[in-house]
Amino acid sequence: MEKRVTFGRWTIGILFAVPQLFLIFTFFYWPAGQAVYWSLTLQQPWGGGNIWVGLDNFRSILANADYWNSITASMIFAGISTGLAMVIALVLAALTDRQLAGSWLYRVVLIWPYGIAAPALALAFRFILAPEAGFMAVVNKFWPGLWDPGLDGADAMASIIIAFSWKYVGYNFIFFLAAFQAIPRSLIEAAAMDGSGVIRRFWDIQFPLITPTIFFLLVINITESFQDSFGIVDIMTAGGPANATNLMVYKIYSDGFKGLDYSGAAAQSIILMLLIVALTIVQFRFIERRVHYR
Amino acid sequence: MASITIRGVKKNYVKTQVVHGVDLDFASGEFVVILGPSGCGKSTLLRMIAGLEEISEGTIAIDNTVVNKLEPRERGCAMVFQNYALYPHMSVAQNIGYSLKVAGVPSAERAQRIQAVARVLELEHLLDRKPMALSGGQRQRVAMGRAMIREPKVFLFDEPLSNLDAKLRVQMRSEIRKLHRRLSATSVFVTHDQVEAMTLADRLVVMNGGRVEQVGTPAEVYSRPASRFVATFVGAPAMNMLEGTVTLDGLSLLGDSRKLNVSRTGLPVGAKVAVGIRPEAVRMVAPGTPGALAASVDLIEELGAGRVIYVDLDGAPFSIVTSEIVHPEPGSTVGLQFAESDLHFFSSETGGRLDVFKASVPEPAPATL
Repeated sequence: MEKRVTFGRWTIGILFAVPQLFLIFTFFYWPAGQAVYWSLTLQQPWGGGNIWVGLDNFRSILANADYWNSITASMIFAGISTGLAMVIALVLAALTDRQLAGSWLYRVVLIWPYGIAAPALALAFRFILAPEAGFMAVVNKFWPGLWDPGLDGADAMASIIIAFSWKYVGYNFIFFLAAFQAIPRSLIEAAAMDGSGVIRRFWDIQFPLITPTIFFLLVINITESFQDSFGIVDIMTAGGPANATNLMVYKIYSDGFKGLDYSGAAAQSIILMLLIVALTIVQFRFIERRVHYR
Repeated sequence: MASITIRGVKKNYVKTQVVHGVDLDFASGEFVVILGPSGCGKSTLLRMIAGLEEISEGTIAIDNTVVNKLEPRERGCAMVFQNYALYPHMSVAQNIGYSLKVAGVPSAERAQRIQAVARVLELEHLLDRKPMALSGGQRQRVAMGRAMIREPKVFLFDEPLSNLDAKLRVQMRSEIRKLHRRLSATSVFVTHDQVEAMTLADRLVVMNGGRVEQVGTPAEVYSRPASRFVATFVGAPAMNMLEGTVTLDGLSLLGDSRKLNVSRTGLPVGAKVAVGIRPEAVRMVAPGTPGALAASVDLIEELGAGRVIYVDLDGAPFSIVTSEIVHPEPGSTVGLQFAESDLHFFSSETGGRLDVFKASVPEPAPATL
């Protein structure tokens, strides 16, 4: 028997797909197409007419040292925050998996940060990490001037990394915990009988078996760290100090809507899109090989 | 090789107690089978021996060393799991050799020992495969190999054959038996399948509701069941049980509808008893034969070598196993005859075995109606 739903006529199937296709077209393909068009033209700041300039926008962006600085900052941000969010979540999930009393509570509590809008959590972290009044003020009391995200670019970068990681730790935790729980208990017990201790079991049995989840989260976290960072940067550092946290996604906004360079911003968003596509391809090409799908 | 001593072992979960004080001694090199229905605590007991489950009360000692607080790896046990629990991301060779790798055995020696085990289990051509690419019986053998390679003091089996089809089960059963003869490590085998239990065990432990009902050789358990539970659980078809009362001249069965003349049982008159008789101890005779119980035939199950005849004894189900080639018509009446010495008496209140016919009659007289 055919397990899938089948339609007598292909038109009914199409009709069911139309609402979804309509949404995807309206909110993804159309704007993306528009961005591609804008990136190849010179737009007037106040609208009304444009000039075809070919790849000039791209040439000028890629010749700009500020833009390369922004790419570097984005890469650093993506690398560290993804690493941090995943490692912390993995450790928490591995510990939680061992003692499951009240696990429903962890799940609920830990998914909340993901539900908080980036600007809201950024504001909270702006207070928490403020050098003069927050939690870090205590540190500054003992080592004056050690922490000041307003002046020190590295501190500012650390601030947005902490805020972003905090949000994604919860998200990653849920997936990791689910992956750990999907491993049959008897496998862990068999490894224990084979003489393997807790740490050894983790590396030999659990870690290889959750590689599909690790891979999935890696792709999602890297992608999101390029895109979802906007709200955090805007509230916490506004790209400063001295462009130290001017991530690609924030630069698109500030060049486009503050600098009114629509064409340049459109070209930047195309570059960002291509960069994410390229990174995802690299991950699938080189990391997925090491994934054990069961 | 190691002896196992279990003293007053209990297991409590938050609200319920699943093992209520078990005392057992397994001799070194013995093959012990723990038999019981599901939920009787047999797997929990096994897992407590393995160290996978904490012991709430009492002690378990392996080779006279109390192991209560020892990690599984420090106890010298190997275990074969019901669902095999093979590591899905490792090849057969890696699965078998994992414990050696953990123990830091050099890879050359490891490979040699994996080969040796694989030869015994006829897995040599499968060493590079992943568990996914194996059949049920092959996976079972890999699980055995993983346990064997450590040369453990104690082998634990947690219903290892229940996922196999009937034919493979019989085959694996004899392989396990042969393996035990070769390695002669103390083995504890948990199962709910009585055929498996009877055929494998040197000694049989029957458990029910978290308690040990009887310990003995399979033959002992079969011929002298210690309780009503054991009597009905061991043996297929199950032992026939008839409720009765002790009277002056014998027994009245099934609410006084039948009388059975037996020798003096030594039980007080009026005592409520359950009288058991194995289906294979019943002889079918022509209806109206003096001393035979009359019953009507319900159903016949042909087994080839023999047949099971289900009859109705005033509403009580009763079965007869015979190798004679007889095919009574369903609905017809037959006579049932059996020897007094084949009767088992159990207390209706406690279910415990009652010792009767103390001055046992050497020539069992047929029980008469």
